[in-house]
Amino acid sequence: MSQTPLLLSVDNLATHFFSQEGILEAVDGVSFDIHAGEALGIAGESGCGKSVTAQSILRIVPKNGKIVTGAINLFQNGDSVDLVQLDDRGQQIRQIRGGEIAMVFQEPMAAFSMVYTIGNQITEVIRLHQECSQNEARERAVEMLRRVGMPQPEQTIDAYPFALSGGMRQRAMIAMALSCHPALLIADEPTTAVDVTIQAQVLELMKDLQRDMGMALIVITHDLAVISELCDRVMIMYLGKDVESAPADVIFRDPKHPYTVGLLRSVPELGEGHTQELDPISGSVPSPYRRPTGCPFHPRCPEFIPDVCDVDLPPQIELAGGHRVRCHLYVQD
Amino acid sequence: MWSFILRRILLMVPTLMVVSVISFAIIEAPPGDFMDAYVNQLLQQQEAVDPAEIESLRKRYGLDAPTYVRYFRWLGNILQGNLGRSLEWNQPVSKLIADRLPWSMAISVASFLLAYALAIPIGLYSATRQYSIGDYLFTLIGFVGLATPNFLLALLILWYYFVATGNVAVGLFSDEYLVAPWSLAKFIDLLKHLWLPALVVGTAGTAGLIRVMRANLLDELERPYVMVARSKGLSEGKLLVKYPFRIAMNPVASTIGWTLPTLVNGELLASLVLGLPTVAPLFVGALLNQDMFLAGSVVMILSTLTLVGTLLSDIVLAWLDPRIRGAI
Repeated sequence: MSQTPLLLSVDNLATHFFSQEGILEAVDGVSFDIHAGEALGIAGESGCGKSVTAQSILRIVPKNGKIVTGAINLFQNGDSVDLVQLDDRGQQIRQIRGGEIAMVFQEPMAAFSMVYTIGNQITEVIRLHQECSQNEARERAVEMLRRVGMPQPEQTIDAYPFALSGGMRQRAMIAMALSCHPALLIADEPTTAVDVTIQAQVLELMKDLQRDMGMALIVITHDLAVISELCDRVMIMYLGKDVESAPADVIFRDPKHPYTVGLLRSVPELGEGHTQELDPISGSVPSPYRRPTGCPFHPRCPEFIPDVCDVDLPPQIELAGGHRVRCHLYVQD
Repeated sequence: MWSFILRRILLMVPTLMVVSVISFAIIEAPPGDFMDAYVNQLLQQQEAVDPAEIESLRKRYGLDAPTYVRYFRWLGNILQGNLGRSLEWNQPVSKLIADRLPWSMAISVASFLLAYALAIPIGLYSATRQYSIGDYLFTLIGFVGLATPNFLLALLILWYYFVATGNVAVGLFSDEYLVAPWSLAKFIDLLKHLWLPALVVGTAGTAGLIRVMRANLLDELERPYVMVARSKGLSEGKLLVKYPFRIAMNPVASTIGWTLPTLVNGELLASLVLGLPTVAPLFVGALLNQDMFLAGSVVMILSTLTLVGTLLSDIVLAWLDPRIRGAI
């Protein structure tokens, strides 16, 4: 799956938040690549830095947050630009936002402004990135709404977000993100806020659109089922670190990192006549302000090696088949 | 939208009825009537009081009728545009009020405009540059403004005015325009005088509005839809005005309703100190002398203004936020 050209390369990204309680290392050394048309899943518990990684790429990290190290290279038409070096209010990043890289947010009720029609909010992004009249923008918005399966798009375009159902709002959100045909779509928990039947529809829709439009996709989720549905590659994050990344089929078949193993074990399986003891990961996520020394997972790790795991940060180890893991168990010397 | 406005106007009718009862009750609340006050006044001036004459005066003005009869008589007159006759001034109430209401309104509107013109940009600045030196400075000025009593400010301004010009009374016009017919020059002269009372009346309101505006905007800036707008590539300035600012204006707009009557309250002290011919001092005099037609009319007019203000703020709110349009 690495035959298509490289689109985005994130290298050793660290985004920290500075507040009175101290420094919160939300993202602390994350690296990954995305090729054109590829789908990457980023998974992990709440607070592991998934969303901040996405916000860092678009340079929309909330105030107090700052990218402290790393590079985010976007490759376009043979050129590359390091997004970290751009002025976050400048012209260049604003053309990339919504144009080259678009984002679908998790809570469509909060993500739309309630005081403008969805048509207003969709045509706004079209007119920002494409040379066209108001009428053309409206036609394109209707077309896009039709494409995401919005019923009666000619009427719905004039609806206010609060008048739509959750599923329709999420469809409108996706239409808004896709309206400028981005090369990369970042979906931050796209199905968390909608109910299960709608979840399946939204996932199906995103899969189809990704294939049809040939765009790359980053799906951020805590739901491994979403990843198995959509993604080619998976990156597992824990406390701001990329603990493991591998092709999706590999990670579900052969997880290496003890955290990934635990994560997969704690997913309930549904089935008739099938009872299963859930196997949760022991302990809980430590306070991000008091990050454990060494490997951040060592206090909860069943494979903990004293005097190693709690002392040294494990290096990233390259295994066969594009499988990378950050764990002392796999260090060979 | 139009049906919303129509519904709101229709709803004002029963409210006004209730307001009229309350106004009347307030006027009736203190013991005694105008004749008692009149008798006291005569006694103080050591003049003879003829009880029979007082009784006949009472009959003539209808002060001896039962309360509800007087209420309906009063209401009926008001509906015909007849506000009654001031017993103290011996003039039609409508004329007394008509002479003064425009000045009260002028001061109210001017201080209202001043408050919004200052508070909205300052609130915007303070919220977008939270904890900057400018924010702290405006916060300090705001708290001083909130804490300074109107009359103290009025006294200070009066003193400075006296030192600067040698005049004692500020007034609303220069001497040469006092009786002159309306002209552009007279209007400009009015504006030159109006900003002083407007400042006195509007300071506390401005300071309060700055705090409201700043707090609302700070809340709204954290909302997901702001990040969404940013992720679309909107510039920071356009984004601010289109999304969070419009929502942050909601609570500010809903204060329009009670800004009008509070300005009349605030205007009282300023008018007394600065010697301005407005409604508020007239109202106080009427209450002291139990001049019920005058007092009742003023209460009715202030209440009506409150309702009109509420209507205005509802219309602005409905315009700002489509979710409100559907509600009653």
